Amino acid sequence: MALTFAATPRTPQVVAPRPRGKRGRAARRSLTGWAFAGPATLMVVGLSIFPAVWAFFISRTKWNGIAPATDVGWRNYQRIATDPDAIAAAQHTLVLTVLFVPGSILLGILIAVALNQRIRLIGFYRTCIFVPYVASAAATGILASFVFNPQFGAANEALRRLGLPAQQFLESPGQALIVICLIALWGEVGFCAVIYLAALQDIPRELVEAATVDGAGKWRVFRHITLPELRPVTVFTAIWQTITAMQLFDLIYTTTRGGPMNSTQTVVYYIYELAFQTQRLGYGAAVAYLLFAVTMLLTVGVIWYNRRSGSGAF
Amino acid sequence: MRRLPFSPWHLLLMPLALVFVLPLVQMVLTSFMTAQEINQFPPKFIPTSLHVDGYRALLSESHIIRWFANTVLVSAIAVVSHLILCSLAGYGFARLKFAGRGLAFLAVVATVMIPMQLLMIPTYLMFARAGIVDTLAAAFVPWLASAFGIFLMRQFFLSLPVELEEAARLDGCGTLRTFVSVVLPLARPALATLAIFTLLSSWNDLLWPLVAISDDSKFTLQVGLASFQGTRRTEWSQLMAGNVIATMPLIVAFLVAQKRFIATMTFSGLKG
Repeated sequence: MALTFAATPRTPQVVAPRPRGKRGRAARRSLTGWAFAGPATLMVVGLSIFPAVWAFFISRTKWNGIAPATDVGWRNYQRIATDPDAIAAAQHTLVLTVLFVPGSILLGILIAVALNQRIRLIGFYRTCIFVPYVASAAATGILASFVFNPQFGAANEALRRLGLPAQQFLESPGQALIVICLIALWGEVGFCAVIYLAALQDIPRELVEAATVDGAGKWRVFRHITLPELRPVTVFTAIWQTITAMQLFDLIYTTTRGGPMNSTQTVVYYIYELAFQTQRLGYGAAVAYLLFAVTMLLTVGVIWYNRRSGSGAF
Repeated sequence: MRRLPFSPWHLLLMPLALVFVLPLVQMVLTSFMTAQEINQFPPKFIPTSLHVDGYRALLSESHIIRWFANTVLVSAIAVVSHLILCSLAGYGFARLKFAGRGLAFLAVVATVMIPMQLLMIPTYLMFARAGIVDTLAAAFVPWLASAFGIFLMRQFFLSLPVELEEAARLDGCGTLRTFVSVVLPLARPALATLAIFTLLSSWNDLLWPLVAISDDSKFTLQVGLASFQGTRRTEWSQLMAGNVIATMPLIVAFLVAQKRFIATMTFSGLKG
């Protein structure tokens, strides 16, 4: 990959000293092509593949960013397995992902099906449900710490009206992660609903009509026509939302900052703390690489599983 | 129009819609309350009158106007640069033949898999060596172009019929001329999608500017809000006023151009 980066736009010039004849024309074409594609490619590749390679070298050192780095080989990676903070962070990320991904798929489908009905007020409903998606996660986090405030928040007021006891929410080590997951769903479900809605509207009407003529009820049409047709979108949503959940940072930063009692310290939050609060760059990079590897494996795994069980997506 | 009969779907959609929108309504209302009104249980949702103390305190005690201007600048640079660089690159990858095209495009697509958390350590070090940490440049340089933008524009150009460009060529237009005066005018929907996507992501970004900028006069809105929250956990009217200032531009844009926003969300979902 680093070689790709080295193949800068200027290479074709060297190949063709005289822009004449067939080779000259090809070189000129290459030059034009690189003039178009080069700047953006250079930016994107230069700001990701090059740092990614560098991060690997950093991950094999012990380094605080100031004093010279000392090479420690694979020791940073070995340490992760016995680091209680890293294991706890991995568990928190796992819980968050396991709650968030199915939650956003189920809610996404439910909302999309509801918004696909031809009833009054549908435009109003659609606007209301999609609008949180444009609010930043940082602002959402600040707003959520107000709504879920144990003393005077609206969430406890809602519980009181329902005759339920007040909760500590983000201030309780047992509840904070679940509340963060709910807030993340509030912010992200609109996105899932939009793509499910688009997919629902792409389902050929004849399919549904044919099944109805054959005497299938609404539920059976949904179960045997709609759901299979939504499958490619579900594969995408599963991958996308897994990545979102595993990389959730902004919301945690503006609600609990990893607390109470580290109960919401996820892997990405831990990486941030290691690298930018405690200046342990080498170890932080190693944890980040492990996260990258797990994300890759999960993505490839989902695609592979989906291919094997025969669906058109990817 | 015939009145549609009452549908049971309302029983699901109405509460859902309220759950999604009421917190935002409460955010706006709370920004106009006094501390006394806020700190009581059961909570009140409607302020007794429009108190602007929260806004006034926020304006005088933080650099919120600076943060707003910084964010507008960073987002504007990001959007303009995305529109230029990504449409050029998308066109290059879609239509022009050049040595190394396949490999270069593969490299661009591969970068999508790399998480920000992995890149932020070396990128921070790179920017520190370039001397741009703690400047606004640090906030916008990563947003000059993106793999998603290149991919989006390439897909769009691939979907255009090639005949128009061939006709322009026969009329003697060069590649750049053809691109600017024939292809780009057709690309307006894709460019709008790209602009909205870039605006949303650069405006709302927290993690990277949080890492790269520590001078509070150079904060973006998101970093500013987060740091302001860190020092004033209980000044809710000020915090909500800050939230309103940070989110309203995008919310208003969404309400005005809802169709284009939804098209953007759909595209990033189905093709992204």
